[in-house]
Parts: sequence; C-alpha cells; structure tokens
Amino acid sequence: MKHGLIAFCALALATSGCSHKSKQPASLAATAKGAAIVESSGGKQIGYAGMLLDQPVVVQVNDASGSAIAGAAVYFSGPSGVSFTPASGLTDSSGQVSSTVSLGQQAGRYKIVASTPHATGKNLELALDEIALGYQQTLGAQLNAQYCIRCHDSESTPLRVSNMDNLSVKPHPFTDGDTLNKISDADLVAIISHGGPALNKSAEMPPWGYTLSKSDIAALVAYIRAVADPPYEAGGLVYAQK
Amino acid sequence: MKNQAKSIWRFFFGDSARAFGWVSLTLLVLLAISPAKNHFSQWRHYQKQYLHLIRGRADAVTLERHFQGGIQQIWIPEQQVTDRCTTCHLGLKEASLADVSAVAFRKHPVIPHSLTEFGCTTCHRGQGPATNVEEAHNSTEQWEQPLLPAKYIEAGCGQCHLEKQTATPFLNQGRQLISAYGCTRCHTIKRGDGTYILPDDDPPSLKHIADKTTREWIYAWIKDPQAYAGTATMPNYHLRDDDARDISAFVIAQSTPLQPPIQPVQADTKAAADPGAGTSLYGQSFCASCHAMQNAAGNLVGGDVGPELTGIGTKAKPEWLQDWVANPNHYDPGTMMPHYRFDPKQVATLVGFLESKTEPDFVAKVHLDPATPQQVEHGKKLAIENGCASCHEIDGIKKPENFAPELSRIGSKPLSQVLFVEGVEHSLPGYVAAKVRNPRIFGSSLKMPQFNLTPQQIDAITTALLAQTDRAQSQPPAMRIASEQQTKYEPAGHAGQLMRDLRCLTCHMINGHGGDMAPDLTWEGTAVQREWLTQFLKNPETLRPALIRRMPKFNLSDQEINTLADYMMTVYQTPQFDRDSLPVSEFTLAAVEQGRQLFYSKFACQSCHIADFAKDKGYIGPALAGTGKRFNAAWIYHWLKDPQALQPGTIEPNQHMTDDEARSLTAFLMSLNSTGSKEAMKK
Repeated sequence: MKHGLIAFCALALATSGCSHKSKQPASLAATAKGAAIVESSGGKQIGYAGMLLDQPVVVQVNDASGSAIAGAAVYFSGPSGVSFTPASGLTDSSGQVSSTVSLGQQAGRYKIVASTPHATGKNLELALDEIALGYQQTLGAQLNAQYCIRCHDSESTPLRVSNMDNLSVKPHPFTDGDTLNKISDADLVAIISHGGPALNKSAEMPPWGYTLSKSDIAALVAYIRAVADPPYEAGGLVYAQK
Repeated sequence: MKNQAKSIWRFFFGDSARAFGWVSLTLLVLLAISPAKNHFSQWRHYQKQYLHLIRGRADAVTLERHFQGGIQQIWIPEQQVTDRCTTCHLGLKEASLADVSAVAFRKHPVIPHSLTEFGCTTCHRGQGPATNVEEAHNSTEQWEQPLLPAKYIEAGCGQCHLEKQTATPFLNQGRQLISAYGCTRCHTIKRGDGTYILPDDDPPSLKHIADKTTREWIYAWIKDPQAYAGTATMPNYHLRDDDARDISAFVIAQSTPLQPPIQPVQADTKAAADPGAGTSLYGQSFCASCHAMQNAAGNLVGGDVGPELTGIGTKAKPEWLQDWVANPNHYDPGTMMPHYRFDPKQVATLVGFLESKTEPDFVAKVHLDPATPQQVEHGKKLAIENGCASCHEIDGIKKPENFAPELSRIGSKPLSQVLFVEGVEHSLPGYVAAKVRNPRIFGSSLKMPQFNLTPQQIDAITTALLAQTDRAQSQPPAMRIASEQQTKYEPAGHAGQLMRDLRCLTCHMINGHGGDMAPDLTWEGTAVQREWLTQFLKNPETLRPALIRRMPKFNLSDQEINTLADYMMTVYQTPQFDRDSLPVSEFTLAAVEQGRQLFYSKFACQSCHIADFAKDKGYIGPALAGTGKRFNAAWIYHWLKDPQALQPGTIEPNQHMTDDEARSLTAFLMSLNSTGSKEAMKK
C-alpha cells in the first residue's frame, strides 16, 4: 500500500517535475454568466521554464451581444506544473480577469485554459498557448536579441530601432512558422552559418559561421523552432508509440 | 484461557518435527524480506516501465542495447558526486526519446556539459545516492537537500561560472542587481575564486548634505524613497514618523558646509533662465543618456546611470544645482558625472530648467519643528542601528563592519538553521526569495530594509544567491571560470587628469576599465585620423543614426582638445599592426570599383551601413560615408578581416574575406569622403 502510494507520488512528481499543482479553485459567487470568453492579452508569450510570464494573462467575458459583463466567474487551469495567481476570479467592471502565470519545469508549449460557466450549465473554454524556453532556447533567445532581432523583428523600441524596413528583401520574423517550419534544421544551420547565398537567397543575410560557434547556431535554431507559430512539428522518423 | 494458549503452543511446537518446521518457515520468510524488498523496489519498477516503453518503439533494438539493468551510478570523487539518478532516468542520453511524455525517461535537454563528467546533483541538487523517488527529489528527515526548482536552475551554472555567460540571463541579472542595489555593502559575498561581489557605485556622501537639500526633503525621502522616484534604489526602512524626524535632524546636524562654500544664485543669472532653451540644452547635452525624467505623458525616459530627475527641483537647492552643473567635482570628487564646461549663461539655463521639475506634493505635508539636541542624539543612535553608514559617508559614524550575515555559502544553508514564518515556502529557495521580497515578515525588529523589486528581479537575485554554495567554495580550482574583473587602469599625465575631469570612463572602456555605453577606446589611436578626432571632440557628430545615446559636447578648449588628441593618438595603439602600414596612395581606381561591387553585392554591407546618404538606408552599424576622413586604412583592412580580434563582442559578422577582397573594400571605404552627414540625414 505504502509502496503503491510512493510509486504514485513518484510518478506524479516525475511527470509534473514538482509539487506546484494548481489546486482546484473553490467556486465563486458569480452574479452573472457570459456567452463568450475571449483573450484580452497575455497569450503566446515567450517565457522560461518554471518562471513567471512577463505579462499577466487577461481574459474577458462577454454577453450574447458581445459587450463585457461584470461578475462572471473565470477559472484558470493548465498542465501540471503551471500555477496561476489567482487561479480564479470574478470579472471586474470591464468584464476582465487577470492572472499571473508561472510555467512548468519543462521547456515547451503550455496550453492553458480559462473557463467560465455558461447559462446552459456547460463551461465555455478559451485555450491560450504559452512558450517556455529551456537552456538551449534561452541561449538562442539571447543571441537573437544580440545579433538577429534588429533585422528580423519589425518592431522598434527606444533603445533598438528596427532595421527591417531598410532592407530590400524583408527578413522572416522568427515566429513565422508558415515559412520557417518548412526549412529543415540543416538548411537553417547552413543559412545562418554561410549567409543567404548558401540557399540562393539574399546576401543581405550575412554569414555568422565565423562569428558564432556551432553550438550557438544550434541554439538559434532551437529558439526559432520553439517560438514558431504555427508550432513546429519535428520531422524525421515517426514512432508508433510515444 | 490458559488451555487455549497451551493448545496453540502444542499446535506449533508440540513435537520436535513440528517445531523445526515452523521455525524453518519463519526463518525462510524473514530471509525472503530483503530480496522481496529489493524485487519490489521503486527503481526496478521504473526499469520495467522503461523497457516496456522502449520495446514499443521503432528503434527498440538500439535502445535495448544501451539499456543496463541494476543500480547505475555516476561517481566523481573529486567533485563529491555519487549520483544514482541514471538508475531510473534511463533515457537521458537517448536522442530518440526527446519527445516521450514520461519526463523520467525523456532525453535530457541540450546542455554544454556531459552527464558523466559533471553528474546530476552538481546542477540540480537533490540526494545523489538515493534510490527512491521521495529521498532523491525531496527533502526527507535524513536528507534535506531537495531538487532545485527549474526557475533557479541557473544557480547550478553559477557555482563554477563566475563570469557573465550569454546562456544564463537570470544569473547575470541577479548578480548585477546585487551590485546595483549594494547588497554587499552590508552582506559579504565571497565567490569561489576568492574575489568578492562588489557594489557598483558609492551612494552619496552626507557630509555636506545640508548644502544640497532640506531637512523636510530628507524626512520624506527616508520615509518612502520610491514616493520621490520610482527608480530609487534606496530601500524603505518603514520608519516611524518620530524616528524619521530624529534621523533627519541628525543628518542635517552632522552636515558641515562645503569648502570652499557654494555661491548663492545671482539675481541677474536667475532672470536669464529660459524654459525653452533649458529643454533644448538638456537634450543637446544628452543628459538623458544617464538620467531619466518623466515626460509630459508620464513615461520615464532616459538612462539609469545617474539619479532620476523628475522631482529634482523639489530635492536640490538652486545654489547647489548651480554649483553642481558648473562643476560636479566641487561637491563630489567621486561622482560619475562629467564636468561639462558650461558658460554661466548655460548653467543658469539648465538650473532654471531643472528647478522647474518639481514634485511639490512630496514635501507639502511635512512640517518639522526645529530639532532638539535629544532628537539629534536619538537620530544618531537610529542611524547607527540601521547601518546608514554602511552606504553613506556620515560625519561621526564609522562604516560598520560585518553589519549583516555573510552570504558566501547561503545556497547551502541547512534548513535546520532557518526560521520559517507562516506563508513562506518551506525550502531554501522559498526562504531566500521571501527574505529578499520582504525581510520584515521575519520579524518587525529586523534591520534589513525592504527593497523595491519586481517578482522577476527577486527570482534573479535568489538565483544568484543560491549559486553561493559549499560546492562553489570548495571545488577544485580547475572547475572554475573566473569572473571578469575590471582593471584599475587610469589614463596618465595631464591628459589623464582631463579625461578624469570629463569622466570618459563612465561611458567608454579603456584597457579593461570603464563603462559599456560607448565604444571601447583602447585602440582608438590606431583606428582614427588625428584631424577627425579633433573635429569630433570639438563638435561630436552623429555616427550612428539609430542610437539615442550620443557623445555630448563638452565645450572643450582647443588646447584641451590637442592634449586629448595627442594622448589618444600616441597611447591608444594596438600592438597588432602599424596604423600607417596601408597608405591610401597605393589604392587604384580599379580596386575602389571592385570594392564598391563587393560592398553592394557580395557582402551587402548597405543592409547595416550607409556609404551614400542618398541611397543607402541600413542603420545598425555606424554610417560610413565619411570613412576616408575618419579611419586609417590599415584599421579598416584588419577590421574587415576579423572584427572580433579588434573589438571582442562586436556584432559585425566576420565575413571570412580573402586578403584581396578586404583590400578592395578598404580602398572603396577610404574613397568615401562625404562630410556634413547630418545635413544629409535631415533630408
């Protein structure tokens, strides 16, 4: 019995990585029920394994006519390891509930769900994807911020003006999964190492293979794969069972 | 009752054969316990599960060949590693298991170290020799080292890596915050290599504070520094009103007038102040490179080298501002602020502008009666108790030594020595984070003040502190990557004094000493032409159109400029090559043309640089339109061949050019003689 219990705990622990399981929240005294739940902000953030996301996740509950309603209960849930503060709440006067999210211990994508009860008794659910970077992807993210982002990201900040519009061939943002997912790892490594001409593309993409190490370039590829939208599905051998 | 017992006795031991049988059986059962325990042990269960998992996969044969049953162990005596984690975590090295859902069997994510050389507990902590899940991962009565939560995992790296690594942003940030917030002014933190984490800069001396500000402002400030400026690094001591009253009384009482004294503001210069001119002089002088200020929209704009200036008019007295803007060295010889050579009219203009930046609400409600000697005495006692002199120079109080506990081994502090309070997670990381977040929850009489930190900053500091382990202190020196230490380099002679006066090293790095806001000048004398340098010092032009932080104009005299230029051209030379080794006269027109082709087609340099303001747009690197007037050809050539050799860390990619290509490109770049880049930019 005891062994069984320990084994169970062990498995739970091993699969969740730790004991930060989000507890089932107590039901709230909701004064209203919504007809739709929509994302206000905070989806598709790029965070780090086990850490808080930079921005809170904010969702909004609307009535049938599409206007926000106050007093509706919203419950957040996610895969084991993900925790929410608070895990549930009532919508405020602008129809919104905000929660800070801490991601699980493993790198990868986390699907978090915000749900609100519907008048029919069913739950309305909204799923949001969040990305947790591990060691290699974090290194890639840092190198991206140092070397790549000023051409590959069209957004400017006060300390970093985007160079994208100055280029005659527009670079692909690293989140552009539709394009980048089709390029194999080997081709990505080649284009980063030897520049655009390696794949018959523009020389405006310079070669980085004499500046960055092989493991740096592998980290960049790992980062590009991690942030791809739509998500990158690894190619190659497909096994019968996972 | 007695009969019953007798009959039971008879049943078991009635005759010798019976007795022998039962005793044997009992012994057999007892003997079987140990093998049974072994057979049903957790790790066997995991190994069975693992075999079940891999047998269903396409590469089962390979995986089974790699599989070794029984207890596995990584043993590295010199690092005190005895890790049996691989007994259950069987797929750590199997590339094809990267995607399995059971974390226990998944491949280890890519890291730069080999498991067999470093073990597991070196980074993850936990109990290496344990063979059951609870003992290995969590703290139990016998073993109290639990696994490190993933968000602090960079603490593992920080035990050996004392340097700043690209892959550990949180560890770097944590260490930087410890220096920036001056944690080590009270806590000693010794690193494994024997060096210490040092504070970034010196908080202001209070010896002449009454020259600078009022007692009312000090009262409001020590009550709540962040109410004055959200960016203030001074922590909140949660002082009671009368304690703040007494400390402010003491601080003013110990202050002595500066010698020579600060001059009062002249009535006629006061009148000269013009708010419009002040705004533009503030902008032209690039004050915002170091100082932040809230703009009309309420957004904070500017750097964090110097203090925020949003409410400076409420804080500083006008005569102090005048003295400071004219020459900061007078009030604080140790300041990082350069001595701009403003003329009296400019000083008045800037002072007028700064004086208009007020936060009247901050001191509006403060009404203090004149201090009594008892209050001053009590204020001094409080200042000693709170360790004010750990950070600030104060007349009459010595800087305390070992004011707070040493944190060199905080990451290995036994939990039995930690006092937990309600609401604090029962783990070492939980304790450290709670202590950083709000020290006073551990007792209202504790001295440690509350710092104004975001949750993310708290996690970063906790990561850096958790890296301070016994292992970090005691491991073999060969394991350590030393921290980068700044040199103590100072430029020499008359030029050195001038460079000190201008605080060049606040922004520029030279010979390993200085800031990272502006380019490294160690080899500037090889890179540039003297004529350009003197022009630039006279009137700094825009070199990088996309940058907000620029070199300010210091209003230097011709003589000062000559002194600086002579020194830099003579001393700041690379030993790698001679700056005159590639005379421009040797370049042919054909080479220039070939270089142009290379610039625009093969290497597409125009993506990042502007050679011709009329058609190029790239603005990541510096504009190159005036290269022929600015640089020496030899520098350009060697830069093109290997940029990182001349400036480690530069983002200019090494394009692996042939000698011939680099020569032609140099010829082309040296042919660019455009002047007046600013005018062209405006078009």
